[in-house]
Amino acid sequence: MSGSALLVSALSLGGVCTAFGIFIAAANRKLRVWEDPRINQTEELLPGTNCGACGTPGCHAFAEGLVAGQQQPSGCTVMGPDDIADVAAYLGVDAGEANKRVARLLCAGGTDVAIQQSTYEGHPSCQAAAAVSGGGKGCNWGCLGLADCAVACDFDAIHMSDTGLPIVAPDLCTACNDCVEICPKDLFVLMPIEQELLVQCKSLVEGSPAQDLCAVACTGCGICAKDAEDGLIDMVDGLAVVNYDKNELATHAAIERCPTKAIVWVEGAQFPEQQKSLRSFAV
Amino acid sequence: MFGKDFFRNGVHPPEAKDLTADVPIRRVPFPSQIVLPLRQHIGAPSVPLVKKGDRVERGDKIAKAGGFVSVAIHASASGTVRDIERRPHPDGSYSPAIVIDVEAHSAQMPRPRIIPRWEGLSVAELLQAIQDGGLVGMGGAAFPTHVKLSPPADQKIDMVLLNGCECEPYLTTDHRTMVEYPERVHVGTRIMMKVLGISKAVIGIERNKPDAIKIMRDSVPADLDIEILPLTVKYPQGAEKMLIKAVLDREVPEGGLPMNVGVVVMNVASVAAIAEIFETGMPLIERILTVTGSGIKKPRNLIVPIGMKLRDVLNACGGLTDDASKIVMGGPMMGPAQGNLDTPILKGTSGVVVLNEAEAHPQATYPCIKCGHCLDACPVFLDPQHLGSLGLHRNYMEMYDKNHLSTCMLCGCCSYVCPSHIPLSHLFGVAKATLRSEGVKV
Repeated sequence: MSGSALLVSALSLGGVCTAFGIFIAAANRKLRVWEDPRINQTEELLPGTNCGACGTPGCHAFAEGLVAGQQQPSGCTVMGPDDIADVAAYLGVDAGEANKRVARLLCAGGTDVAIQQSTYEGHPSCQAAAAVSGGGKGCNWGCLGLADCAVACDFDAIHMSDTGLPIVAPDLCTACNDCVEICPKDLFVLMPIEQELLVQCKSLVEGSPAQDLCAVACTGCGICAKDAEDGLIDMVDGLAVVNYDKNELATHAAIERCPTKAIVWVEGAQFPEQQKSLRSFAV
Repeated sequence: MFGKDFFRNGVHPPEAKDLTADVPIRRVPFPSQIVLPLRQHIGAPSVPLVKKGDRVERGDKIAKAGGFVSVAIHASASGTVRDIERRPHPDGSYSPAIVIDVEAHSAQMPRPRIIPRWEGLSVAELLQAIQDGGLVGMGGAAFPTHVKLSPPADQKIDMVLLNGCECEPYLTTDHRTMVEYPERVHVGTRIMMKVLGISKAVIGIERNKPDAIKIMRDSVPADLDIEILPLTVKYPQGAEKMLIKAVLDREVPEGGLPMNVGVVVMNVASVAAIAEIFETGMPLIERILTVTGSGIKKPRNLIVPIGMKLRDVLNACGGLTDDASKIVMGGPMMGPAQGNLDTPILKGTSGVVVLNEAEAHPQATYPCIKCGHCLDACPVFLDPQHLGSLGLHRNYMEMYDKNHLSTCMLCGCCSYVCPSHIPLSHLFGVAKATLRSEGVKV
């Protein structure tokens, strides 16, 4: 009796398994979605950080775009030139023109130049501080220095200086947009590295009240707009705004007479003197 | 008809109201400068009507309503318009404001403007007068009064609920209003009843104000159907949804408004302000304000011109003590800390609380031990410990999508009871602010 029960259960289970197996095999034939094998191969050549700097949701989507010819290998800002060449060679396409962009901070108000009106003591994050009376810094637009951007950066490209400003290392920055999104004061912008003329201030307060809050604030005096070529710098709402469509007109003339040094000429990293002090600290 | 004087959860913070509960309301000397932000209320900012150099008299309309959900702003002192420029705002931003240099030796005579006899006005004229008078809710949120009093035609209102709870610790603004101006509250209620076309009102007052309960009861006119209802002392009894639950046993649906259950809730100070504009003929240019706390030398209840700077208000109360450390506008449970003494008092500022160093210093935060105290404290039945862990990981969208973040009113009960001192309601406030900046309606 027990022998036949074993047999019946083994046979019925085996039968069911076989039937489902056939069904799955048939479904696999019928419903198969063909994917270009080059997509997975290409993805293996990509850095796999899924940072989104290329404008696609991740490395797989970028690989799909590459294989479909909608993207160029140079669109990935994380890869070095050698890796880009590898991908281009594998797919047999042109690597494309690399357009290096970096995150720039539109504030130079470190603790040495900008006044602190009150002290924030709560949860240590810029977003949390900004929700309490703007964070306590005298300038309502300025960097709070609690390093949300440095924490958000996946590439270790942002370090806080001793005056509480984030310093972006241009060679490490992949322009992935994470710091732009996390900053509660919207102080980061992604800019092509050849745009060297920069107004490091977002304060909409004008004149001496602005300077009372921060020694390097843009007071809206308009000297830079007068000194620069026509149309390069506009004064908008008490703030100098560089018109980057005319970037080829930019010269050092625009920055020379700025009374607060709010407009600067940036080659490489911002805040070079603080960068130096950081290095010496590290050694 | 009435509920059980009960809503679930909530907390019992120390009341600390004895500092100013018996201090009569007094006027203060005019400051040398008045700052009137164009954004003092919920809704569209007001549109300025004056320009630099104009001379304005006390009570002059200097900005008109910027839309239906908006009100006018009036000069709270005679003087010259210095400029319309960006000035510190209590929310921490620099926001456009009309700055008035007050005349040094002006008599500051009030010259009546609004038609004083409200009985003869039609409902539409009353609502117009209320909007022109610049009236907003004076309990904190500053929602324009005329909007609250014009519910859509399909919403049937059967009850006016007056909020005299003042459940925030320290504040005695509404308390003193009820003790010193009970007639104004009653007249204001009459006007509201006329506008809404109803005949029944209830005033809910927490039992820790026996003098206010007695005075309000004794002063009710015989022909007015107003019930004074003493309520349990519990925070946040004065939150409108909690109040409706406790008084009427009706539950406002999630995301709904009191009008969805047939109720209009008004704070007693806002109701007294309605009566005041018709009584004196002056628009809303001053308000009653409690200045209190251990960090202030002489805690007082004051009538201050709207737009008076925090610095001047504190000086009028003897200044700060040496160990004063934190200044809060509004009550200590929900009010935002202020970082700048040049921020002005707004129409909706119900108090200024100054805490000393020992009270203000935040305690060290420890990890969540999943004790569940916050769940027992939350009056709207959220899960603060889960929301808090999402907030720490900046998972704001999940807080909003799946965990009812928009129901949270930031009352602070969860932060108050948390044994690990996790700043829960602060995290929720950050989540709301961040989502709002991304265009999500929370």
